[in-house]
Amino acid sequence: MSEEIIRAEGLTKVFNKHLTAVDHVNFSVKHGEIFGFLGPNGAGKTTTINMLITILKPTEGTASVLGFDIAKQDENVRNVIGLVPQEYTADEDLTGLENLLLCADLYGIPRSFAKERALDLLNLVELTDFKDKRVQTYSGGMRRRLELACGLINRPKVLFLDEPTLGLDVQTRTATWEYIRKLKKEFGMTLFMTTHYLEEADALCDRVAIIDHGKIVVIGSPEELKHNLGGDLITLAIKENEDVSGLIQNVEHVKEVQKEDGSYCIKAEFGEITMPFIIEALRKKGYTVTRLSLTEPTLNEVYLEYTGRSMRDAEESREANFARRITMRRARGG
Amino acid sequence: MNEINHNSKSKLHGMWALTNRELKKWYKEPILFLLTLIQPIIWMGLLGKSMNISALIPTNIPGLDPTTIMEQTFGTRDYFSFMAVGMVGMTALFTTMFSGMSVVWDRRLGFLNKVLSTPVSRAVIIFSKVLSAALRSMFQTSIILIIAVVFGLQLGANFNPLNILGVFAIIFCLCVGLSSLFIALTIRSTRMETPMAVMNLINLPMMFASNAFYPAKLMPDWLQNIVNVNPLSYTNDAVRQLLIVNTIDYAKLALDFAYVGIFALIVASVGIVLSWRYLRK
Repeated sequence: MSEEIIRAEGLTKVFNKHLTAVDHVNFSVKHGEIFGFLGPNGAGKTTTINMLITILKPTEGTASVLGFDIAKQDENVRNVIGLVPQEYTADEDLTGLENLLLCADLYGIPRSFAKERALDLLNLVELTDFKDKRVQTYSGGMRRRLELACGLINRPKVLFLDEPTLGLDVQTRTATWEYIRKLKKEFGMTLFMTTHYLEEADALCDRVAIIDHGKIVVIGSPEELKHNLGGDLITLAIKENEDVSGLIQNVEHVKEVQKEDGSYCIKAEFGEITMPFIIEALRKKGYTVTRLSLTEPTLNEVYLEYTGRSMRDAEESREANFARRITMRRARGG
Repeated sequence: MNEINHNSKSKLHGMWALTNRELKKWYKEPILFLLTLIQPIIWMGLLGKSMNISALIPTNIPGLDPTTIMEQTFGTRDYFSFMAVGMVGMTALFTTMFSGMSVVWDRRLGFLNKVLSTPVSRAVIIFSKVLSAALRSMFQTSIILIIAVVFGLQLGANFNPLNILGVFAIIFCLCVGLSSLFIALTIRSTRMETPMAVMNLINLPMMFASNAFYPAKLMPDWLQNIVNVNPLSYTNDAVRQLLIVNTIDYAKLALDFAYVGIFALIVASVGIVLSWRYLRK
């Protein structure tokens, strides 16, 4: 299962000769995995996806999808991929079924065959009851599911998802994740997605790459990345008014102890296992633990560690901005 | 699974699906549909009827026959018939203008990217726009001509119903040329305002610097030179010859068709080249 589905080598895109959106990026995506691209606005996520789906030509470097070169064999690439774009591209004036049939036509799937497949997909994303309703009347979640179905009409081997849950509420977002997992299982596809919702990447992705200023800063599974951050955070307080930092420091796997306002912040590996040992050590010396908590690092911390905490003023084009506004509005059923 | 996709696919697949998508937007919205017809009707009704040019010619001078003068100048006895035919070209001009705008719109809504990620050929994406504009114009042409007849358009003495096919043919060529031109102008654009302004700048002069409202031979020389390169003039002339003129000048008609046909061919080829270059940045 370690076959490489996507491989990028030195992939670079420079706009207008001086704006480097993607800067010599290297990565590979293995068969059957969900690969997430994370990064702040304007980091180069969408530019990378657009190069992989052959909409943009790389300025430098190469990438291949299922062994097809994205620059030289772009038509072959387009045949085997599916796209769920950030925007809602379904036609408002057409019904859900009509939209799927339009997508099928774009892939040259014969009509007789397309209808059956479209109905199957509508069933899969639970839109069968709404198939003859105009997309105008769909809610954000329904539109997103329709986009998913459209992206699957050609039975792609690789599905690209660009910000698949942008603007959706928490319930719909969680439900959309379920659909994505289900679809992946059903079709055994490889998924490449961009997102800036970190809990989404944590919940869905097998591996993530964090990209910033056009460069990949780190790649790994969410667990790996969290682990590399230096372990879990244990906070405890004791009844006695004495400094026990040294005592805690001596417990195995404890990396760092800091005393703050009467409580101790302890960085430790394998927090769940280390915690009882710390309590044990304190008890033996007659101390009473009054408060205790364990925090495992989230992808949020990983993300901030690598991309820094400063806010990003969106350096977005008018076009991207406009598209995002429309997406958000439609997501809310506007 | 995927084998099916590869086998049964022609180079032109998706053409009709995309064309039909454009057309559906139009025929599913009766209001939009009516609005596109109202403009030429207003022009025809107000301008065509108010400019009663034959009334300017005095009838009491011996040897001066208003009918002959009108026929010599306009090729028909009444001004209304002359300009009503000009409306056909104008409708084509305005309809094709929107095909340019719809490229920008598709780009902004993300639909263009979606289509570009499918195996549909780039040329098909452009030609579906061109084709839908041409089909719309041909339909509008029919309606305008019917209304014009109701308003009093006088058909030529030698009019043959088959001439209508000729009208459709030349309108088709004109639309292919014009919408390719407008798409070429907007293909790189990401905003609506610039192309809108450019098109407005082009449209009115293009209409007035043609024989839509007035015969070219009475215009000043410098203007005649412009009118004589304007494909709209050749289209108008052809439609007039086919519909309202009493004796058709076949040599001129052939020139009209050749000119508009070559115009369409050249601009459409440029459109394809540009679509290959610029749809994928």
